Amino acid sequence: MELIFEISRPGRSAADIPANDVPAVNIEAAIGSKYLRDDLDLPEVAEVDLVRHYTNLSRRNFGVDLGFYPLGSCTMKYNPKVNENVAALPGFTGLHPYVDTESAQGNLQLIYEMQKYLCGIFGMAEFTLQPAAGAHGELTGVMMIKKYFEKKGQKRRIVLIPDAAHGTNPASSALCGFEIVELRSNREGGVDIEHLHSLMTEDVAALMLTNPNTLGLFERNIEKVAAIVHSKGGLLYGDGANANAFMGETRPGDLGFDVIQLNLHKTFSTPHGGGGPGSGPVGVGKALVDFLPVPRIVKSSDKYDWSEKFPDTIGRIRSFYGNFNVIVKAYTYIRSLGAEGLKRATEMAVLNANYIKEKLKPYFDLPYDRICMHECVFSGNRQVAQSGVHTSDIAKKLIDYGYHPPTIYFPLIVHEAIMIEPTETESKETLDTFCEAMIAIAKEAKENPEGVKCAPVTTPVSRLDEVLAARKPDVCWKKS
Amino acid sequence: MDYCPHTSEDIKQMQAAIGIASIDELFADIPQQFRLKQMLDIPDALSEQETIAVMSGIASKNKLPQFTLTGAGAYHHFIPAVVGHIVGRAEFYTAYTPYQAEISQGILQAIYEYQTMIAHLTGTEIANASMYDGASAMAEAAVLCAKMSNRTKIIVARSVHPEYRQVVNTYSWANGYKVVEIPYAPSGQIDLNALQVELDDQVAAVLVQSPNFFGVIEDIAPVADAAHKKGALLVAGFTDGTSLGILKPAGEVGADFVVGEGQSFGNPLNYGGPYLGVFAAKEKFMRRIPGRLVGATVDKNGKRGFVLTLQTREQHIRREKATSNICSNEALCALAAGVYLAALGKNLKRLAELNIYKTQFLKNKLLGLTGWEEVFHSPVYNEFVLRCPDAKKVNKKLKKEGIIGGYELQKDYPELKNTLLFCATEMVSKEDIDRVIEIIK
Repeated sequence: MELIFEISRPGRSAADIPANDVPAVNIEAAIGSKYLRDDLDLPEVAEVDLVRHYTNLSRRNFGVDLGFYPLGSCTMKYNPKVNENVAALPGFTGLHPYVDTESAQGNLQLIYEMQKYLCGIFGMAEFTLQPAAGAHGELTGVMMIKKYFEKKGQKRRIVLIPDAAHGTNPASSALCGFEIVELRSNREGGVDIEHLHSLMTEDVAALMLTNPNTLGLFERNIEKVAAIVHSKGGLLYGDGANANAFMGETRPGDLGFDVIQLNLHKTFSTPHGGGGPGSGPVGVGKALVDFLPVPRIVKSSDKYDWSEKFPDTIGRIRSFYGNFNVIVKAYTYIRSLGAEGLKRATEMAVLNANYIKEKLKPYFDLPYDRICMHECVFSGNRQVAQSGVHTSDIAKKLIDYGYHPPTIYFPLIVHEAIMIEPTETESKETLDTFCEAMIAIAKEAKENPEGVKCAPVTTPVSRLDEVLAARKPDVCWKKS
Repeated sequence: MDYCPHTSEDIKQMQAAIGIASIDELFADIPQQFRLKQMLDIPDALSEQETIAVMSGIASKNKLPQFTLTGAGAYHHFIPAVVGHIVGRAEFYTAYTPYQAEISQGILQAIYEYQTMIAHLTGTEIANASMYDGASAMAEAAVLCAKMSNRTKIIVARSVHPEYRQVVNTYSWANGYKVVEIPYAPSGQIDLNALQVELDDQVAAVLVQSPNFFGVIEDIAPVADAAHKKGALLVAGFTDGTSLGILKPAGEVGADFVVGEGQSFGNPLNYGGPYLGVFAAKEKFMRRIPGRLVGATVDKNGKRGFVLTLQTREQHIRREKATSNICSNEALCALAAGVYLAALGKNLKRLAELNIYKTQFLKNKLLGLTGWEEVFHSPVYNEFVLRCPDAKKVNKKLKKEGIIGGYELQKDYPELKNTLLFCATEMVSKEDIDRVIEIIK
């Protein structure tokens, strides 16, 4: 497809500018010529061409509304339409962030109540909705941990991170100056308790734990894990990317987590937008409340207000108050489902994952064969050994069947990992036909491996040369 | 409404396939003492109709102004209808990050086009797929400069948006860097002499913004020169992105990084978010910058296509050695920006001119009032600072009439008593401005 620059023709435009109703001034005189730019080389296209260009691009994109999207750890559930409509209400989209709080009482009430709902769902003392994404929430959480020990006058250097963790965990910790020490998983896919014992010293600030972990398995020894960490004065950090597995069933705060971040664009159904905007609220137990980022919302009688008067805060982590419009959608979701709906969402998500696990177990290696939570992780080892078909080939072949592939090659502790998270919004029929496709691919991998290796063949482009892209990076178009 | 399609018959069959007698068994790994015994404390479920009623009720507790004269980092601009229609396409908004390139060519190409437009607008060579917002983009740029140079001091102009400076402080503290603030000169621009004094061989980056928080256009070239002479890098921000339609971009006058808030490009005010962190840089930093990057390549038949590239910078590969922890960007906001910029094309310059006309008109009208005076005698884009007899009273009067007045600078700059930072975009008419004058008079 042509680039927008390639369809550009001098003299066209898709947006006109209103007539000037005030006296014009001489721009050169008002600004000074040295501050003015020489050229402005933006595309020049007519509105119809613009619309066709982007509409055609959209047809080359796969979203949840087009089909099953079992991308593990990303919780690609259906994004309810009413959420979009509500979030588009002018009352929510139209306010300037610096409007006086009296004029923004609806927004403040929504943020305040959202924090309360999340406190209830996660069992935490307080929440901040400011972080713009899960990774941003992680960074915020680790900053609070750093501040907590600073305040105590303790210099702790280390953060423990399980080998199965998301890559953001070590990256966030490193951004706060911590040294990362890797914690092994045991044969059941949980924390190796002996290893944790040996690593846990008074030099360890925190253990960052994802529970259920990235294998989709609940940490059975969670009580022991929390006790070990706390016994040395350390904090337990929860990566809530996988929160879709426990709403209404258990609460991280009760399990011993001191701080947890989550992703509204996963568990709480806000669309991911092709890579954002997300929203990554962070919840904390009592010990960390003072360190929350500012501004924080305060309520007195029936009035809500912003306050920055928290001397121990880590400070501000972004401008304004968070990805507010995303929060509106998540709030709408919580109100639509209610307590029972949230619990049912979790139950159906876990049911769906276990159903897929059972159906595919005969055809793919299952490294950890136990009841899983919201996702299950297979290995493509058998297919590699049989005929040299790799997980990436299986993923590409799924595209030809009309599915978005699962997460692959993650977690790192599973070779040729295939991580499937169906979510609760998929029907039994969808799961059945997906499993049939997976089984057919397993069969084809054995009998006709080349047929799998050449996939996809139904897409506008075939497999792309990523090595070339990295070796000779072309990230901005240049006129030839 | 819970959006689960499961019938009781489905559930029965699925339980049988799994070999369990009840859903409860699926949660057996959660120790009994931690299982919730009661329902969550959340209001009862709502039907769609009830949901809309409840949410409309909350939205109506907000008071939308007739118009606003505050910018200060968030700008009210007209958004052409095409923008909403394109970003409202579910193929775009219900997709995840484009890990599977063959079925994500739409967003990948759109981001590649966005990167190209941003690099051109900022006068740099490359731009990433976006960051969270202008403030975090600036903070990440500062941290990156320190990491690359092994230096520990960050210099930031006091004329940079106060919230951006606070975010830079937070990120710098977390990394163990020192932040030094440089005062502004009487012109409202960074005080070059004070900058020279603070510049030493420990300075990793100098952070400025142009137009700065006062609306004043900074003279970037000498600041960049001063920084470079001491081996520091220059990070230049901007306030309103539409200024790039007419002002010489910082990338052309020595900035190593250009970062800023891209909200003005087709994204609503949304009470502060989601916004769009613009991050652009000289090409030589390409392999070090944070965030996603889309690159062009070819498929096995030689056909052009797009992929996420240079991922070895990123957390999911490099883990603790990654250049940043960022994974989500603000893709949909970047898409909106791309559509907006492509829709306007060269008209972005005319829009910028219109903003200047309105701003000059408002400024001159206000200066005609008794006791009002200009604080900085410097060129501005669409914001400016005036001192008046009683700033709070002015805003109160305007609020009564449903108008958001100027931003009271005293909150962040105690030395700037009774000053207001005004902004006039194309959304304010002559009639509006005349009314403002009548109300204040």
